[in-house]
Amino acid sequence: MPERTCRIAIIGAGPAGMAAAVSAVEAGAENVLVIDDNPRPGGQIWRGETDDATAREWMQKFEPCGAALLGQTRIVAAPQPGVLLAENGAKTLTIRYEKLILATGASERFLPFPGWTRPNVMGAGGLQTLAKGGLPLEGKRVVVAGSGPLLLAVADEMWHMGARIKCIAEQAAPNAVMRLGLRLLGSPGKLAQAVQLKLRLFGVPYRMGWHPLQVDGADGTSGDDSDAPVASVTLTNGAAKRIQIPCDYLACAFHLTPRLELAHLLGCDTEWIERQCQRRTTVDAWQRSSVEGVYCAGESTGVGGVDAALIEGRIAGYAATGAQDRARPLLKQRDAWRRFADAMNETFAPRPELRMLPEPRTIICRCEDVRYEQVVAKESWRAAKLHTRHGMGACQGRICGGAAEFLFDWSARSSRPPVCPTRMKTLAERPSADQKGD
Amino acid sequence: MKRAYDILIAGGGIVGAACADELARRGADVCVVEAECAGSGATAAGMGHVVVMDDSEAQFALNHCSQQLWNELREALPENCEFDGCGTLWAAADEEEMNEARRKADHYAARGVAAEILDSAALAEAEPNLRPGLAGALFVPGDSVVFAPCVAKWLLDRAMENGATLITGKRIVELRSDGAVLNDGSIISAKRMVNAAGSLAPQLTPGIPVRPRKGHIVVTDRYPGFVRHHITELGYLKNAHASDRDSVSFVVQRRMTGQVLLGSSRQFDVTDAAIEPGILARMIQRALEYMPGLGQLNTIRCWAGFRAATPDNLPLIGPHPTRENLWLATGHEGLGITMAPGTGRLLADLMLDGEALIDPAPYLPARFANSEARHG
Amino acid sequence: MADAKRNGIKVWVNGAELSVPPDCTAAAAVARAGVTMHRRSVEGHARGPLCGMGVCMECRVTINGELHQRGCQTLCMDGMRIETAEVASDA
Repeated sequence: MPERTCRIAIIGAGPAGMAAAVSAVEAGAENVLVIDDNPRPGGQIWRGETDDATAREWMQKFEPCGAALLGQTRIVAAPQPGVLLAENGAKTLTIRYEKLILATGASERFLPFPGWTRPNVMGAGGLQTLAKGGLPLEGKRVVVAGSGPLLLAVADEMWHMGARIKCIAEQAAPNAVMRLGLRLLGSPGKLAQAVQLKLRLFGVPYRMGWHPLQVDGADGTSGDDSDAPVASVTLTNGAAKRIQIPCDYLACAFHLTPRLELAHLLGCDTEWIERQCQRRTTVDAWQRSSVEGVYCAGESTGVGGVDAALIEGRIAGYAATGAQDRARPLLKQRDAWRRFADAMNETFAPRPELRMLPEPRTIICRCEDVRYEQVVAKESWRAAKLHTRHGMGACQGRICGGAAEFLFDWSARSSRPPVCPTRMKTLAERPSADQKGD
Repeated sequence: MKRAYDILIAGGGIVGAACADELARRGADVCVVEAECAGSGATAAGMGHVVVMDDSEAQFALNHCSQQLWNELREALPENCEFDGCGTLWAAADEEEMNEARRKADHYAARGVAAEILDSAALAEAEPNLRPGLAGALFVPGDSVVFAPCVAKWLLDRAMENGATLITGKRIVELRSDGAVLNDGSIISAKRMVNAAGSLAPQLTPGIPVRPRKGHIVVTDRYPGFVRHHITELGYLKNAHASDRDSVSFVVQRRMTGQVLLGSSRQFDVTDAAIEPGILARMIQRALEYMPGLGQLNTIRCWAGFRAATPDNLPLIGPHPTRENLWLATGHEGLGITMAPGTGRLLADLMLDGEALIDPAPYLPARFANSEARHG
Repeated sequence: MADAKRNGIKVWVNGAELSVPPDCTAAAAVARAGVTMHRRSVEGHARGPLCGMGVCMECRVTINGELHQRGCQTLCMDGMRIETAEVASDA
């Protein structure tokens, strides 16, 4: 089995991972390896980005910096300390490291409501990513719903791709969003504000305090028991008001949630932040996790956006190289970003009434078609798994686990390999040091 | 007002559930205490194979009567129990193992268990994804596969319909002669206790000859038709049962869902349930020797659990030899799912003074009361 | 399909030839072919992509004969054969 040995391994080539790599090399680290499951750097946020100045700046720093990029590579297991098992296309390889920086980013949080399983109901970032990957949006009617600043960025980008954005529905209450907006004015990055201004120019309604209630298909049915793709979405403001908007796509996600699979696999402590409805890796001032030699930066320490990810990545890169002096001047600014991130996460945490969205027959676990009525009375995540197959499917509980944490207060952590669906032969591989007999 | 139950059962795995079901059906006032949820220990970790084994006459007797009870249950089981009468294929790699297949066939035939020898070509036709050139197999059509956690849940639900009480999410910290102390400090009073805590039974009843024996399992995405039976290599008998050493063998199973379940590994003296990449790799390597195409299938989960092993590979069913009011129903090693119904029946027979369905002597814990006693 | 003009990569979606631009994912190619259903759920309902980043497994399709491949994580290659769960009444 091929092996790669490096001084610092960085998992994730998004903003945090790129910044960590650049900083580690700048501080003198040799043999820095960045691993990402996409072919190119940039992460979900900068995938294929060309006209964002910050993205360009960091791409230009990263590419010549001397760190090696191992693309299209997924981490599967951590068979022993300092060793990762990875899949690269059809190949399996072992990665040996001295220090590890987790920059695994975030994924969208999905909450179930009647009809959310239908074709063409996607994540907000999900539809955007698919569109970047070649899904044509020209002339398509898109409703963007859910929560978080990502909705605005996504709507803006899809508008530029030719989509007709019919509405943006933000579940957070208007006053909460406004409060956050005021804080944002006083902070260095004004992306969300800029996007919002632009949208106003486009004439797209931005409805705060509104959320999806149900999806109907072209065949006139609602709920999860039809093959018909979305034809319209009904939005509500939680009170008596409802509107039904015809659309070709519903792009819907409820803010972001840190990707913690690797942190859990490696045994890093994580913490649940109730007010943010979010679990994140616990780190110290130097971005060190609870596990010796393992650092965390970016969204996996709490969703915080590009600027927080960049500065955390820089700190982690310096700290992992032993250059705390270079990191020290950044700590104050990082803490300011963290405070802002906390406020943002509180603002966009799902409102409690969203727990009422599923109907008894609404599918909660998409992989195994388990319905709300089957699991609502279960005593735990594990009881739901064993007695209904909830969370037992191919996504390994990634989608329904986040929903279950919100809906039922169940903790759905897993720390077992494989961290993603993996060809069985990959798990038959053992690093050479481990090749002893019985 | 505190009352005393007739019988308190420690453990809501499939063995505890089967005991509760049988005892409650016969009118006993039963309380089951389960630390997590129904069927969450070895019941969930195992493969759910209902198999007639013939390592000893006593093993065969309990297996065989249990299988008949399984077949009686079959019609009543809800769909989520995934009862699949797919049969077992004992795959023989070479002529030596083929001889073992024939010996087994004769042994089964003499005891009224249907079994059929497949030659190399017939095996290849029955399981096209096995590697070509295996010597053949013994096919036992009466064996089956279930999803055991749901069976345990269903048996406990039925016990509750018959008046039983189920307490989940609380752990027994002390099993006394007049009840149990739970981890929240509460006390459940009962006239008699049954320790059905599987590999954890010695924690509640120190000194009983039960050792945890760890096993790993791998499950894939859905590939309907890839495997058509439960397949066990006949090397299994040499590999896994014979010694105390860590061992792996090729065991693969189709699930009603279309998923493929792969085992097995056996390790003593490990208490951590974490996946061990080394033995997992060995287990998969062994499987790939038999079924190379498995390597391309998407694995979605791995897990490990603990069998409750005894020195003579027979369970402990009956009164504790010295401790008052204490009964045991544990030590089933890899056959807990198979033997659960027979265990429930036998225990109820013994506790409620009924006529025993089979001779209980080989399973009585008293056989270990003096160190000489071993079942032969 | 509408985008055959950009002479790109030729793939087959459910047996129909399709020209897609470079960097097109298999999931996007399915959408370009006018197919909304990638797979059938265990109860038999139509499902398409959700997360777009390889997490949800909803975009699973058969690629060059290999089952359960993530369409959103697979870049189209010349001659690639993509099969979705066929549907009679794809709206």
